[in-house]
Amino acid sequence: MSSRIARTLTIATFAASLAACSSVPLDQSATGAGGGTGSASSGQIMDPFNPQSPLAQQRSVYFDFDSYTVPDQYRNLVEMHSSYLTGHTQQKIRIEGNADARGGSEYNLALGQRRSDAVARMMTLLGVNSSQIEAISFGKEKPKALGNTEADYAENRRADIVYQQ
Amino acid sequence: MTAVTPARITAPSAWRAWACAMLLLAASLFALRPAQAQLRVDISGVGATQYPIAIADFGGDGQGQAIGEIIRADLTRSGQFRLVNATGANLTVESNVAYDDWRNRGADYLAYGSVTQSGGQYNVSYRLVDSVRKTQLDGVAFAGNEKELRRISHQIADRIYEKITGVRGVFSTRIAYVLQTGNNYELQIADADGQNPQVMLRSKQSIISPAWSPDGKRLAYVSFESGKPVVYMQTLATGQRVPIANFKGNNSAPAWAPNGQQLAIVLSRDSISQIYTINADGSGLRRVMRSPLIDTEPQYTPDGGSLIFTSDRGGSPHIYRVPVSGGDAQRITFNGSYNISPAISPDGNNLVYVTRRNGAFRIAIQNMGSGSEQLLTAGPDDESPSFAPNGMQILYSSVQGGRSVLAVTSVDGRVRQTLSALNGKVREPTWGPFTN
Repeated sequence: MSSRIARTLTIATFAASLAACSSVPLDQSATGAGGGTGSASSGQIMDPFNPQSPLAQQRSVYFDFDSYTVPDQYRNLVEMHSSYLTGHTQQKIRIEGNADARGGSEYNLALGQRRSDAVARMMTLLGVNSSQIEAISFGKEKPKALGNTEADYAENRRADIVYQQ
Repeated sequence: MTAVTPARITAPSAWRAWACAMLLLAASLFALRPAQAQLRVDISGVGATQYPIAIADFGGDGQGQAIGEIIRADLTRSGQFRLVNATGANLTVESNVAYDDWRNRGADYLAYGSVTQSGGQYNVSYRLVDSVRKTQLDGVAFAGNEKELRRISHQIADRIYEKITGVRGVFSTRIAYVLQTGNNYELQIADADGQNPQVMLRSKQSIISPAWSPDGKRLAYVSFESGKPVVYMQTLATGQRVPIANFKGNNSAPAWAPNGQQLAIVLSRDSISQIYTINADGSGLRRVMRSPLIDTEPQYTPDGGSLIFTSDRGGSPHIYRVPVSGGDAQRITFNGSYNISPAISPDGNNLVYVTRRNGAFRIAIQNMGSGSEQLLTAGPDDESPSFAPNGMQILYSSVQGGRSVLAVTSVDGRVRQTLSALNGKVREPTWGPFTN
């Protein structure tokens, strides 16, 4: 009972924050590397399986070096997905954490998990039912960038939100 | 194959001419040559003590030369033997040995023997003698088919090693590793010298963390074939495999308890990576402890009472120890700021791990009693260390000259060898247990 109230409350707060962020200035998405425009503003297709939808296009959260908290510029992105998921409680997602290629396989698997877990926890705080979310990690096993530059490593410090069919 | 132990071999005199003729006849036939040599061996360094020994080609059959070569290569790789040339010795197991001659050539020890074949069945008999004390140290006969001759050769090398050093040999043990070629992954098992590789599992998805059961009959490992990490167990003899940990989130880092009944695993079902134990049939899941940060890579201590593991609960990854029953974890590495992938020696006295120093990932060994640490390798990309079952050597993966290789170092760091893969990336090696 009380948790239900709590959830209603978080959804309410969340709706308020959504309203606030519909006026996100354009330059934030420039610094946000794909984050940013997380609003369900008019005209947006909110369908994760439609390639034109921001839900399909903006689903990666990038982390700072040695950091496992969701950077501020991705908060809108996570809120956008959370909003959709709280409205579609049968929809399940997987959050796939990744790590750069340096170091051991198992420790990197655990580091990638901290990243996916950080996104998952933010979503549950935003009212998404934890049974809709599975946070996993690929560690260093599925690098998106294969090189050994700092830019490559940064590309792989990432968690992807993947909607399950 | 059967080992007929310790058979008394009576020694008549003049088979030498016959054996020699057979040797010439069959010299071109020997099939024991490493035809499937996917791994090439390079050795550097010299052990502290080197026993001078001569290993004659075995007489009686063309296979005898290959047997001699395998034994010589095994003993050389250990770094503990100096091989005295025995070319042209023309010895069979029945030969009378001129002890003084061998001693004068610098060989304190001599091994020699015979191999005979009938109907595809080979009989291999050997002797080891001490040319200083003029006594026989060992004499054994083995029987097996042609495919088993390599293993018999390793077993003879094991006996020689043990008779002379007093430590059990590991030449007939096996190693497991993952060979990655592009997006193809193969879980392979090979002899300890890297020869005779066999594919246990092929996958388009990553395979990591193979772990041998204490009896050497099963492997647990992590496969990403279902789209996320799941712990499987595979019986080597049958190839049969079952998932033993497939919970929500990640399932990884399996390690067998010494009794073979339980495994320690790492799950993220309750948020981030934490250590659990589970029965080998997948029942009886139990969380060992609650940590605010990552706990992973558990390894049982040889007494089965504790787990050694990696945790970043102190801000950066270090090695800790905790009773299997749970309780307070005790930190055991203090040097550097990145120590992962612990493995404990069979006697429980030493810990090896990967340490990052000035950006290089190196293999380090630490005495569990004194805490003193020695860096065994120079890096820059050395990973996945594991002890040989006799505790004398450490297997790890390395990058040398831009190529990914399996490497072995002696525990004192003096002798290193490289088992070079001809192609692909060799990852996650782990040395198997004694099996005979």
